[in-house]
Amino acid sequence: MSGKLQFNQIRLPPECDALRQEVRAFLAEEIAKGTFDPHRPGHGDSHDRAFSKRIGAKGWIGMTWPKKYGGHERSFLERYVVTEEFRVANAPVRSHFVADRQSGPILLKYAPEHVKANILPRICRGELCFVIGMSEPGSGSDLFAAKTKATKVDRGWRINGSKIWTSNANIADYMIALCRTSPPAKENRRHGLTQFLVDMKILGIKVNPIYQMSGQQDFNEVVFEDAFVPDDHVLGEIDGAWKQATSELAYERSGPERFLETFYLMLELIRAIGSAPDTRSAEGLGRLVAQLHTLRRMSVSVAGMLQAGKEPVVEAAIVKDLGTIWEQNLPNRVRELTAFVPPEIANRVTLEEQLAFATTIAPKLTIQGGTTEILRGIIARGLGLR
Amino acid sequence: MTNDSDHIVIESAARIFADLADPQTINRLDHAAWKAPFWQALADAGLALAWVPEQLGGAGAPLADGFAVLGVAGRFAVAVPLAETLLAGWLLTRAGVAAPNGRMTIAPSRPFDRIIFDADGTLSGCAIGIPFASEAQHIAVLAEGEEGAFVALVAARDCTIGQGQTLAGDPSNIVQFQRVKPLRYARAPFGLDHAALMLMGSVSRSVQTAGALESILSLSVSYANERVAFERPIGKFQAVQHNLARLAGETAAALAVSGSAANTITRSDSFDEAAFLEGASAKIRCAEAATEGSAIAHQVFGAIGFTNEHVLHRFTLRTLAWRDDFGSESYWAAELGKHVAKCGAEEFWPMVASR
Repeated sequence: MSGKLQFNQIRLPPECDALRQEVRAFLAEEIAKGTFDPHRPGHGDSHDRAFSKRIGAKGWIGMTWPKKYGGHERSFLERYVVTEEFRVANAPVRSHFVADRQSGPILLKYAPEHVKANILPRICRGELCFVIGMSEPGSGSDLFAAKTKATKVDRGWRINGSKIWTSNANIADYMIALCRTSPPAKENRRHGLTQFLVDMKILGIKVNPIYQMSGQQDFNEVVFEDAFVPDDHVLGEIDGAWKQATSELAYERSGPERFLETFYLMLELIRAIGSAPDTRSAEGLGRLVAQLHTLRRMSVSVAGMLQAGKEPVVEAAIVKDLGTIWEQNLPNRVRELTAFVPPEIANRVTLEEQLAFATTIAPKLTIQGGTTEILRGIIARGLGLR
Repeated sequence: MTNDSDHIVIESAARIFADLADPQTINRLDHAAWKAPFWQALADAGLALAWVPEQLGGAGAPLADGFAVLGVAGRFAVAVPLAETLLAGWLLTRAGVAAPNGRMTIAPSRPFDRIIFDADGTLSGCAIGIPFASEAQHIAVLAEGEEGAFVALVAARDCTIGQGQTLAGDPSNIVQFQRVKPLRYARAPFGLDHAALMLMGSVSRSVQTAGALESILSLSVSYANERVAFERPIGKFQAVQHNLARLAGETAAALAVSGSAANTITRSDSFDEAAFLEGASAKIRCAEAATEGSAIAHQVFGAIGFTNEHVLHRFTLRTLAWRDDFGSESYWAAELGKHVAKCGAEEFWPMVASR
């Protein structure tokens, strides 16, 4: 960090307003025809490939990528608007979101030309679901402990081992897998890892479901047994993946999905306390509004810095640290603030269903995509403490 | 929100603060003789009346420059009524009342106080917690008359000013107006009401708080890298690192939200719904950051941090005291919550997304 925290005042440019209206109109239409129910976040979290294809047709996947790969060369701030509107509506984006946010950008940077030409346009059309192949039974936050092994063979690599906690592996077309290609070096334990593009439909890959306490069914174990990956599916430098992973993190960590995961509870809270709340409810709501507004202004600022070609790694880690803790605490805050509302309020059932769901997904929010502890380590390093 | 003109103003302000009001130096003094030359330098540089147009006797600087100066003032925990004089100059000249030289403050500075502008042209009422009233020569008053609000310039000696100080030892006084005859007054322009004054004051305090938190963070990180315990700098311990990361988060939140609010007022120069959402949010979140951030910093410093001798309290106690000026976080949260509830759930996301 250059010694000073930077949050430039970025306002979304005027072209974003028109885009936002377009996205809202599209979502309203999809809700009207029953594609998803915005009041049922648990269901909205499911995948819907036909819906993803309609989003792709609108040009809202791969928005910032070059046109020659099917992208639309729009700004990060425009992508920001689309992401937050879909999230707030509880729209099912699961089958294309990971590809759009992080797999596509990795391919853009590290895949061979013919692979990019083949795969990126299909991502943009909403046809492909990507998953992140990082965590293993013995390697969670400590990524560099990965043991899944890729062994050089004629014309490619054989992969053996297993990945775990892999969201969406049951529906995925591709994984970007982090595999060990050499033992760690004495002076650098991060050495020896390589990223591969893995076609999930090939022989030697078995996907076993893992059920979560929230009822969500997207978690999996992925077992590799002599799965063959061709040479042209190596992404970037062999043994040097650790250099590639860190610069992507600012994209993954600062988006609106890092504080809007339980946003629906804000709306039910407002409905529950009514148009003329008592002081306790009003104060509680007001604090949440101020905190949410602050997070969003920070997050937009990071998006603006990314657009300007900067790498605000510390600022992005701060947004995720504060944002995920906020969205994680929200269920209990709303529960407390609605403790004294009359039992006959109109949205009682919806509120209770949402509270139950949000409470059971809350623990994952500060774990996925970099735990609170890892983030604070990154921030401490930025402060000059490590 | 920095641009080129900001940079020049920031640099000149920072130079004056560093030369004449360095917190370390001041903290060792047992007298207040530093205040007069310091104030003179601020006035000479046009910083005190930055928000007063040139034709009314000021420097005519843009609002953004004044907010930038307040951020730097926060970083130095400046203990003179610079923010108050800026605000007073702003209030007076918005109504076309010329601003005098010298130290000023503003009344009211709490949301529940009202000063009455009587039909005979005098002011009556009582305002509590007026910052630096006992050090000010003039008070800019927003008063309420039968036919709307007035802005009046009052000589401090014409009021009854009580004793009192903030947590940080800065004056904070009860001011009584007993049929006080203003030196000059004018009708307040449309849109400049009690709520607008509270918002403008709140955004100023938020910007100061963010600046002070920047210094609190850098002091704390430096100390953690120097102080050795169990044979290593305490900053090498993960528990301490995580506390400092949280402090960085609170500082970042305060910087972002106060900068956003100042930017909003700078751009629109009005006190509409956007300014209310941004200004109230800034005061709420910066006050929360002050509470959290000060506690963390004191924990990092251990015993030395709460001694008079150490400079930390100059920053932490000011951020804690500023929470109560122009409406506390509880006050603004209730106001903001009432507004959001009244607008209803359907309007909420569009309101957030509009910023």
